[in-house]
Amino acid sequence: MERIYADRKYIIIGFFLLIGLVFLIRLFYIQILVDKYILSSNNNVLRYMTQYPARGLVFDRNGKLLVYNEAAYDLMVIPKQVKNPDTMALCALIGIDKQEFINRLQKASNFSPYRPSIFEAQITRENYGYLEEKLFLFQGFFVQSRTLRKYTYPIAAHTLGYIGEANPDLIARNSYYKSGDYVGISGIEKSYEDILRGKKGLKIRVYDVLNRDKGSFREGKYDTTSVAGTNLYSSLDADLQAYGELLMTNKKGSIVAIEPSTGEILCIVSSPAYDPNLLVGNIRKKNYTQLLLDTVYVPLFNRALMAMYPPGSTFKLVDALIGQQEGVLTPDTRYSCNGGFPIGNGKMVACHRHPSPLDLIGAIQTSCNGYFCRVFKSIIDNRIYASTRKAYESWRKAVMSFGFGKKLGIDIPGEANGNIPTPAYYDKYHGKDRWRSMSIISLAIGQGEIGITPIQLANMAAAISNKGWFYTPHIIRAIGKKDSLNQAFMQKHLLAVDQRYFDVVIEGMANVMTAGTGAAVKLDSITMCGKTGTAQNPHGKNHSIFIAFAPKDNPQIAISVVCENAGFGATWAAPIASLMIEKYLKKQVKRKEMEERMINGNLINGKLPESETGQGNILQD
Amino acid sequence: MENYRKVRQDKGIFYRIDWILVAIYLGLILIGWVNIYAAVYDENHHNIVDLTQKYGKQMIFIIAALIIGLGTLIIDPKFFSQFAYFIYGFFLFLLILVIFSGREIAGSKGWFAIGGFGIQPAEFAKLGTCLALAKYLSTMDVDIRKIQNLFVASAIILFPALIVLLQHDTGSAIVFLALVIVLYRAGLTGIVPLAFLVLPMLGILALMIPKLILVGILALVVLGYYFFSDRKIRTILISIVLFFSSVGFVFSVNYSVNHILEPHQRNRIYVLLGQDTDLKGAGYNVNQSLIAIGSGKLFGKGFLQGTQTKYNFVPEQSTDFIFCTIGEERGFVGSAIVILLYMGLFVRILLLAERQRSRFGRFYGYGVASILFFHFAINIGMTLGLVPVIGIPLPFISYGGSSLWAFTLLLFIFIRQDSYRYELI
Repeated sequence: MERIYADRKYIIIGFFLLIGLVFLIRLFYIQILVDKYILSSNNNVLRYMTQYPARGLVFDRNGKLLVYNEAAYDLMVIPKQVKNPDTMALCALIGIDKQEFINRLQKASNFSPYRPSIFEAQITRENYGYLEEKLFLFQGFFVQSRTLRKYTYPIAAHTLGYIGEANPDLIARNSYYKSGDYVGISGIEKSYEDILRGKKGLKIRVYDVLNRDKGSFREGKYDTTSVAGTNLYSSLDADLQAYGELLMTNKKGSIVAIEPSTGEILCIVSSPAYDPNLLVGNIRKKNYTQLLLDTVYVPLFNRALMAMYPPGSTFKLVDALIGQQEGVLTPDTRYSCNGGFPIGNGKMVACHRHPSPLDLIGAIQTSCNGYFCRVFKSIIDNRIYASTRKAYESWRKAVMSFGFGKKLGIDIPGEANGNIPTPAYYDKYHGKDRWRSMSIISLAIGQGEIGITPIQLANMAAAISNKGWFYTPHIIRAIGKKDSLNQAFMQKHLLAVDQRYFDVVIEGMANVMTAGTGAAVKLDSITMCGKTGTAQNPHGKNHSIFIAFAPKDNPQIAISVVCENAGFGATWAAPIASLMIEKYLKKQVKRKEMEERMINGNLINGKLPESETGQGNILQD
Repeated sequence: MENYRKVRQDKGIFYRIDWILVAIYLGLILIGWVNIYAAVYDENHHNIVDLTQKYGKQMIFIIAALIIGLGTLIIDPKFFSQFAYFIYGFFLFLLILVIFSGREIAGSKGWFAIGGFGIQPAEFAKLGTCLALAKYLSTMDVDIRKIQNLFVASAIILFPALIVLLQHDTGSAIVFLALVIVLYRAGLTGIVPLAFLVLPMLGILALMIPKLILVGILALVVLGYYFFSDRKIRTILISIVLFFSSVGFVFSVNYSVNHILEPHQRNRIYVLLGQDTDLKGAGYNVNQSLIAIGSGKLFGKGFLQGTQTKYNFVPEQSTDFIFCTIGEERGFVGSAIVILLYMGLFVRILLLAERQRSRFGRFYGYGVASILFFHFAINIGMTLGLVPVIGIPLPFISYGGSSLWAFTLLLFIFIRQDSYRYELI
């Protein structure tokens, strides 16, 4: 009888097969089409534990350790495992209040109740001692070791820089960085980040449903070990740097010293400075804010690289060199100077009293304004150029070959360009081609729109001492064991001035130290070459500037010193430069009286004797 | 006849056995054993025959099941049809007995403790019901289209189901409903199985959209039916009855889910409907199950490499959620092979059932296929998040003695019937 219903077997078989098909489609969907589940699966069981490498160390040129790592500890919490903690005791241990404790636990809980979050970052070794004894009392808390950057000496903060946690922006940009990683933020910590940071390792651990560690994932097949960062050998001389910072106590300004034959930076002082250890670990944020808000000292501002000053009379050396190269000046050229250089309308660039007329050496020695205004005028008014503009462009190109008006490309971040005005700038100011040599005559004595950074000034001193070339200044002389220095630092840059024109200028600079504006700071045992400068400053007293190199015949150090609002170049910058040279070449300073006067001189909030207020190369009515 | 006997004796008990079914059966229990090993793998007990572990025990269960299977092939096939009611009665008796003297495991009071093992009479009651139903339907003059016969057939099915339900074993109780497929094949009007498909859908809608809107939709459907029909009095009456019974159903589903079902069952239903996304509460099992299977991708993570199952993220992984281990470690390919094996099993049983010369053999075959299919559909549907979490084993694969033995018995009685079919001329 049920034979009548035999066809129903097809319906039943069809129904069974349909369900099977639905399952296959569903399987295909969740296993092949969507990735959600494999991701959740990994989230469930795998804990990616980063193995942080030790950051590379930094040594000075004599092998002294400048930057190293010290163990620090992050207090971690797994919110789900926290059970009846003695809140008050823990708060007391790490110095927070109860509300903060609740907030942090809530924050960690929001991230994940089952996974560790940082509860208190970077606990120092000393504080960790107390914590460690009590830690067993606090279920759900444990410590994870990290390293803290430490600085052996409280010097060179701007150069060495500091590290901090990678921000979300960087994490989005660079896949190497994950939340909680440290990255160099300034100084060589930043510029050599790739070398210092080493290579992070990864351990993948498997955790079961109760968050118990079940060992390595696939016997550690995918684990990688961390590789420590590479050490850096700096050209910095820690003693010289410390001495420079000491001399600059209570002064705004900078000292940059370079080894001319290599371009290696020996010291780079920016004052006021700060102790680099202030920007380390969990005190960094607080101290950074404090340093940032200090608008009087502006300690975070790296004057040596970022501050632009008119070079003042130090720029006359450039006039002398370019004038000779352009064929409008010879060592024997004499110009008379009767108290200055008239610039029309009864105005003149004033000059001080000195014998007249002078030859080139004499003009450098006495820093004659009138002489160099005439030299500059003859460069710009040179008939071989079709126009003032053409002549100016040629001059500008030559000036920029000294490394002015553009970044030198040193290995410390934050360098400023400086400024050598373009013809377009003068067009804007005076009208298209409506400017002549007399319109821009203040450039002759390093005033006006010209802006040069202390590192550029020191580089100029080095280039002159080398008689026409320089290596790009750099702070790192070797990376790791091998001498794999950036090729850019091994490339000679030639000035647009031939070697033969330097001798007379160097002679002039030597005379500055024996009988000229720098005579007061001469040192019998070392033949120094120098040039003073006094830069006008519309905001206050003149800046005291000095550049020098020594010894004359075998230059080992070229230096620039800038003291803001300190008056004549000869009063502050020259003695400091001289002391620095003595310190570097003789290892100890014998001129204790001068040294003491420099260290104790307070140019920020101390009162200066009236006689030391510079009133030098100013434009007078 | 003399000739026949001779041949039979020569070929022994394996004569005319359907080897395809036996091969699929062996394949599935082997897959089960290996995956139970993978699911509860413990490095300290890595020997698959370690008797202190579930995989060692499962090996014993399998050996016992094979003996049961062989034993079934020896028994005279007529025994099962002749003693069908007796067997049914015997298991009913055990089912009632277990309520009073049984042991409670996992919230259901349906276990006898014999030695170290638990025996679950409910698993065997399905077999008894299947036999009894086949016996009844194959009785002369029984026509399922007659209301009194339908009543008796329904009673045979529902009586044990009700007792199992009393033991709080909802899953096993639902499986009895699978036998409606047998009734359908016997001639029951198609409305009943259709209702089995439509009513759950209406029930789902009742829980997902507001009642009044649903009533409105139902009214439109019934009105539409009326306007496109012949508009006779009978049609009007059918329409009205249909409408009111649907509305009644909607309200009763809503009421029973929210007021009669136990909280964990209610949650399971809402989780499935996507109305409850508490992944740490009721939705946890399904979510972890999906993660385990979904993370298997095409070829799986490899033997013993399934992290979700190995580290206990998936609950009940050797029993109800054994398919997760297969999905995670063997991927889509392995999962598909298992599903295709089941499809082969079901279709083979149905085709063999159709070639039976005895009505008993045919109905029994349909019963076997239906019960196995329901277990398969609910179990895998549950791990794939398509069916509410109902704890019933995956035939031949899940860990457990009772279910393996009951399923073996169920299948081998049919194989025995099939091998004997030529002697029934």
